[in-house]
Amino acid sequence: MYALVDCNNFYASCERVFNPRLEGQPIIVLSNNDGCAIARSEEAKALGIEMGTPAFMIETLIKEKNVRVFSSNYALYGDMSDRVMEILAWFAPAVELYSIDEAFLDFTGMQTNLDVLANELRNTVKQHTRIPVSVGIAPTKTLAKMANRYAKKILKTGICQLQTKDDIDVVLNATAVGDIWGIGPERAKLCLRSKMKTAADLAQAPEEWVRKQMSVVGQRLLNELNGIPSIEWELESPPKKNITTSRSFGKLMTEKKDIVQAVSNYTAACAEKLRAQHSCAKKLHLFLQTNPHRTEDRQYFRSLTVPLTVATNHTPELVKIALWALNRIFRPGFNYMKCGVIVQDLVPENEVQAGMFDKRDRPKEKQIMQVLDGINKSFGPDYVRFAVQGYEKRYKLRQAYLSPRYTTRIEDIVKIKA
Amino acid sequence: MAFPSPAKDYAEGRISLDKELIQHPGATYFFRMENDSMLQAFIPPGALLVVDYAETPKDRSIVLAAVNGEFIIRYLRQNGERAWLAAANPRIPEIRMDGVMDITIVGVVIGVLIQHEKLPAHVRAC
Repeated sequence: MYALVDCNNFYASCERVFNPRLEGQPIIVLSNNDGCAIARSEEAKALGIEMGTPAFMIETLIKEKNVRVFSSNYALYGDMSDRVMEILAWFAPAVELYSIDEAFLDFTGMQTNLDVLANELRNTVKQHTRIPVSVGIAPTKTLAKMANRYAKKILKTGICQLQTKDDIDVVLNATAVGDIWGIGPERAKLCLRSKMKTAADLAQAPEEWVRKQMSVVGQRLLNELNGIPSIEWELESPPKKNITTSRSFGKLMTEKKDIVQAVSNYTAACAEKLRAQHSCAKKLHLFLQTNPHRTEDRQYFRSLTVPLTVATNHTPELVKIALWALNRIFRPGFNYMKCGVIVQDLVPENEVQAGMFDKRDRPKEKQIMQVLDGINKSFGPDYVRFAVQGYEKRYKLRQAYLSPRYTTRIEDIVKIKA
Repeated sequence: MAFPSPAKDYAEGRISLDKELIQHPGATYFFRMENDSMLQAFIPPGALLVVDYAETPKDRSIVLAAVNGEFIIRYLRQNGERAWLAAANPRIPEIRMDGVMDITIVGVVIGVLIQHEKLPAHVRAC
């Protein structure tokens, strides 16, 4: 049997750990730059605040209902996540960290009563971290994920184990196709067109149809829904297939020189991450956009993908390409809000195909980057940087509602006043 | 080649405060005392509190409790059915745990670190 353990409203719950006044209060946590609601406490959900709602659209509701608003405090969430995951590792021989607030547990071969174990796990995590979690247990990962959702949304008990065929059928019937793990909006539409509304309908779909419409992924999914484990375990996270650095500017920007600086910085950040995972990119994608919520502004969105002749992770080379792309897509006279750099088609550093006409001294460039990364690791991010990255950080994140970093900075620990 | 150190075979790790103080690193959090409610229990304002959320509190444990949305440090006292939170400072009234107030025992204070030089002047006065 497998389990999916999921922290309930994780970011909102983290904010509560060191601020007991927030118990029972509606809480929302905003994305980078205080853009949209990316986490909501149960009380905030009850007010009808949807995931992804831009904060400015619910300003009145926030004031009227006294919703507590937070900027995302990733130092805190990261540490609390580590603490939760450490505990999960005591309960199962194999744990796959799926996201910052979710993990799969492999209970194969364990003879214990899993309901009892799950209950103990929930209590331990709650006591040690004050974070509430839900547990779904089932014969496959897909069903475990579904059981977890069922435990949270329908049973509201926090634990759901699917042992028998009947248990599984109940949950399959209660799950819409669009809510199945691995079914995106496109595939959900496809199912609905073929009169499949619930996971139970899809589980009974003819194999040929699924294979034809959804390829091998669909076949795997069909197995999983029928209780045959078919999704691999990733006990070590694989290197990422692409790396994105994209941020809103914090305030609108019109000047090209400011955007050049932002693009240079985002590209440098991508290059550093590439080197950290020993990859090189074969493509660079750049996008630039205005703020779609400012209806009074003229709107502009452009992006460009540039293939690279030789895959690289060399900062100056990537910055040069990104700025070339920016030159192609930049138009003056707009209020720009956001840009982003995505490096794609990553290959392992040691499997890069050399270019026949490549004039760059790549071994030397690699050495330079090693020195650069070494210095920045010891002295702080961007201690040594390229001039084009600039010195002032105009596009600095807006984090107006940031809570203290209670667990990672001694000066931020809670003060006991009463 | 210089002389090999005769101590090499006897090398041990240095004493570590973390290791001495903390039994459950994943469940241990730090707090700063800023009042004199526990002064008589050797916890002055300015002290760093090491709080273990995994530890089971007993009668007379010093605990971190959340009372009506506020964190406080108190002795946990139990006598049969009766439980209450008591300050070490005799002027501060005890808080009965009889279900009237919303009280959660969050963790047990397992260590108190006092950096004398960093204490506020009125506490250090001698």
